[in-house]
Amino acid sequence: MKRAGQKAAISVESLSKKFGNFTAVDGISFEVASGEIFAFLGPNGAGKTTTIRMLTTLLHPTDGKMKVNGFDPAREKDATRHSFGIVFQDPSLDDELTAQENMEFHGVLYGIPNALRRERISYLLNLVELSERKNDLVRTFSGGMKRRLEIARGLLHHPKILFLDEPTLGLDPQTRNKIWQYVKSLNKKEGMTVFFTTHYMDEAEKIADKIAIIDNGKIVVQGTASELKKTTKSKSLESAFLSLTGHHIREEFSSPKDRMRLDRKLWRR
Amino acid sequence: MGILYVMWLRQLKRYWRSKPRMIGMLGLPLLFLVALGFGFGPIYQKAGGGDYIQFLAPGVTAMTILFAAMFSGIEVIWDRQFGFLKETLVAPVSRLQIMLGRTLGGATVAVIQGIIVLAISLLVGFRVSDLILLPLALFFMFLIALLFTALGTAIASMLEDMQAFPLIMNFIIMPLFFLSGALFPLVGLPDAIMIIALFNPLSYGVDALHAMLGGISTFGIGIDFAVLGALTLAVFAIGSYLFEKIEI
Repeated sequence: MKRAGQKAAISVESLSKKFGNFTAVDGISFEVASGEIFAFLGPNGAGKTTTIRMLTTLLHPTDGKMKVNGFDPAREKDATRHSFGIVFQDPSLDDELTAQENMEFHGVLYGIPNALRRERISYLLNLVELSERKNDLVRTFSGGMKRRLEIARGLLHHPKILFLDEPTLGLDPQTRNKIWQYVKSLNKKEGMTVFFTTHYMDEAEKIADKIAIIDNGKIVVQGTASELKKTTKSKSLESAFLSLTGHHIREEFSSPKDRMRLDRKLWRR
Repeated sequence: MGILYVMWLRQLKRYWRSKPRMIGMLGLPLLFLVALGFGFGPIYQKAGGGDYIQFLAPGVTAMTILFAAMFSGIEVIWDRQFGFLKETLVAPVSRLQIMLGRTLGGATVAVIQGIIVLAISLLVGFRVSDLILLPLALFFMFLIALLFTALGTAIASMLEDMQAFPLIMNFIIMPLFFLSGALFPLVGLPDAIMIIALFNPLSYGVDALHAMLGGISTFGIGIDFAVLGALTLAVFAIGSYLFEKIEI
């Protein structure tokens, strides 16, 4: 890989993760340039979330090299954690706290100064239209409201690299639009690198500078949306995606409960 | 130190908002206090031990703290299942801070429970021997709480199974409690029981509370402090290491 760890925000080289006999990620390599918006696409269970977990220090890789903001997530965990922010695919809010308290907790954890923290919290809660419910316990929120709060929280500290794992799943077009606008403005203003996964192909096509498609743990193709369409001779990214990954429906391993079951079986020695 | 504060505050808020938990945790200690206190009282008196409530109250206070502290570890498993654990694990804070933040909150809750039980024991006839020592008694209550909250948290960090945790906890808590000198004085016991009691960290906590609240001590307050303090530091070190190892 050329100039690995130099100007690249994220670089990954033959990265693998096995859970027992099941290979979730199978020797993938890619690079995300600093300031780039990178879409990581693939069917359910393709290895997207596992890859993000490894890049964000939550999971130890079986094999391969990776660098996030120049640091190795497997070894330089603290330095890596200072470099990124993440919106998880599955819930990660404290249901017994209010929306405001969840935001405050995050802000303090990431060391955002008081005044700036308050200002950003009220701005972001407003952006995701939760200002009126900010003092209600999260447990009383609907699925969509929780999702919006997760995203607002993830955007609270402005990291160098932002991971978004299916951030807009289950949100209406209005909210999706607003959130992407905000993410894009952060990308422009602060040069924030964005790494996201999504099942909405139009989203990837519109927003991403570069796209990689992963299937069965392997990267099938990477390039810009137009390059992908050209190589597959497809009219839309969606048909390009389908022609690359096939039409059959995948077994899903990525729901938190399934994953927990899988994990319990596999990585408790 | 803002990080420790928010983590501490979070746990106190959760405790305050969960009244059933607050009340439920008091049930067992009160049962022990009333049933054993009044049940064994006459026999204890006949054997020349004096007022049994006077002996039992510090022990049951220690027990309350032990239970509340150890069980607060379940919050780690809770957070793992509901996903919130990830939020703290990807944050740029050291694992020692995570361990400390969680433990301080859980320990504070345990001490509050202990104070409530101690207050109730005053209603059933317990008398504090020397009021000047009360702040020191509180200090030792907090030390006991810290040690066992850290232990419960460290154990919970290795588990994912909600159901396994209470079983494992009861398996650890019951011997700790029954063989600690909370229910009977650690004098004139068979050697085997005495040796177990000497290896039981709670014995030193109970002894310290006996010294501070009732004015009698078996080991001496210096030894109590040294043992509890050293163990607390050791469990913190192990706990931070275990948090470092968590994969999600």
